[in-house]
Formats: sequence, C-alpha cells, structure tokens
Amino acid sequence: MTIEEYLYYIILPILALSVLLVFYRFVIGPSIADRVVALDLLITIGITLIAMYSIVYDQSTFLDIAMILGLIAFLSTVAFSYYLEKRTKAKGKEKKEKDE
Amino acid sequence: MSDIAIIILSTFGAIFILLAAIGFVRMPDTYLRISVTTKAVTLGVGLILASAAIYFDDLSVTSRVLAIILFIILTAPVGAHLIGRASYFLGVGMWKNSVLDELEGKYKENSHVLTSGLEDEEKDKKKKTEKTEEKSSEN
Repeated sequence: MTIEEYLYYIILPILALSVLLVFYRFVIGPSIADRVVALDLLITIGITLIAMYSIVYDQSTFLDIAMILGLIAFLSTVAFSYYLEKRTKAKGKEKKEKDE
Repeated sequence: MSDIAIIILSTFGAIFILLAAIGFVRMPDTYLRISVTTKAVTLGVGLILASAAIYFDDLSVTSRVLAIILFIILTAPVGAHLIGRASYFLGVGMWKNSVLDELEGKYKENSHVLTSGLEDEEKDKKKKTEKTEEKSSEN
C-alpha cells in the first residue's frame, strides 16, 4: 500500500464522515450561533481535505486555495457575529424606547 | 522514514477532527460545542498540514503550510470568542446542568457594556478619599 492509497482510502473517508456529522449539526442546530460555528468548521475541515488532495494528486498549488479559505472562514465568522450582536443591540434599544 | 511520519501525523489529525465532529454533534449546548471544536480542530488541521509539508519537502510549500497553521492558530480563538459573545447576547440558553453563569446581571442589555460589580465600590472609595483629602486640607 503506497502512501497515496493510504491517504485516499483511510484518511479521506474519516474526514468525509466528520464533514457529514458537522453538516448534520448545521441542519438541526437549534440556534443561529450553532449554524455559524458549523459553517466555520466545515470550511476548516475543507482546508484539510484540500491538503489531502494536494498530496494524492501531487499538486502543491492546491494549498494556496486552502490559505484563502482560511482567511474567508475567519472573516465570515467575524462578520456574522458582528451583525448578530448589532441585531440584539437594536432590539434592546426598541425595548427601551417602548418602556419609556 | 518520511512515509511513516506522514502516516502518523495524518492519522492523528484525522482522529482529532473526527472527535471534534462527534463532540460537535453530541455536546448539549452552544458554548460547549464552540469550546470543543475550536481546540480539537485547530490541532487536527495543524497535524494534517504538517504531513503535507513533510510529503512535499519543499521550502515554498513548507512556508505556505506554516502561514496557514499560524493563521488558524491566531484566528480560531478570536472567532470562537466573538461568536460566543454574540450568542450570549442573543440569549442562547446554557445546559441545564451548568453550574455557574458568571456574566449574569453584569452587562447592560441595551448598550452591551460589561461591568464587574466592583465599579460602585471603587467609586465609593474615591469619594471617601476625596472627602478625607478635603478634610485634611481644611485642617
């Protein structure tokens, strides 16, 4: 068994299984924060999938895309949490005005 | 020799990521899920990318891999903190067996300003010291 075969037939299925588990939580996740974390996690596991495929197909240029994905995952998490927090702030203000 | 290193690193990385995914499904509330995934996935991604760096054995690939690992190690805790903070303000409930909510009643719902409860005591202390200073100056 060569190293490419080992990665292709054992490591990639484990990673695919974990992607499915995370996607299950993404679908059922009770709160919106769960879905944001699941999205972040899906992209992070995608980075490892890209690394595995770059070994299997012997193409080191795939790793550039992994780097960009890491950047986008962080940006999306920050943006989501920023706007979620802003929304709760707006709701609190409305409440305050009503109370007054 | 390098084959063995690649196999060990990639296997451990995959196991850590699988454990993180299982924990992500099984954990009872949002905060526990965030804590589980951030730590385990960061380690798993680091190990698997290290195996890629060993496989290519090239300076450009190694530097790229180091950049990705450094970036993930820097950003994962920041993202987890931000989303945890946002979910607390959203009013996401904690697990029913959770022991302690230290933030309860210590932030203002409208402005999201956090207070520790020590601010009032400090103010009192300042007033007292000012008063004593005034007294001493009068004397």
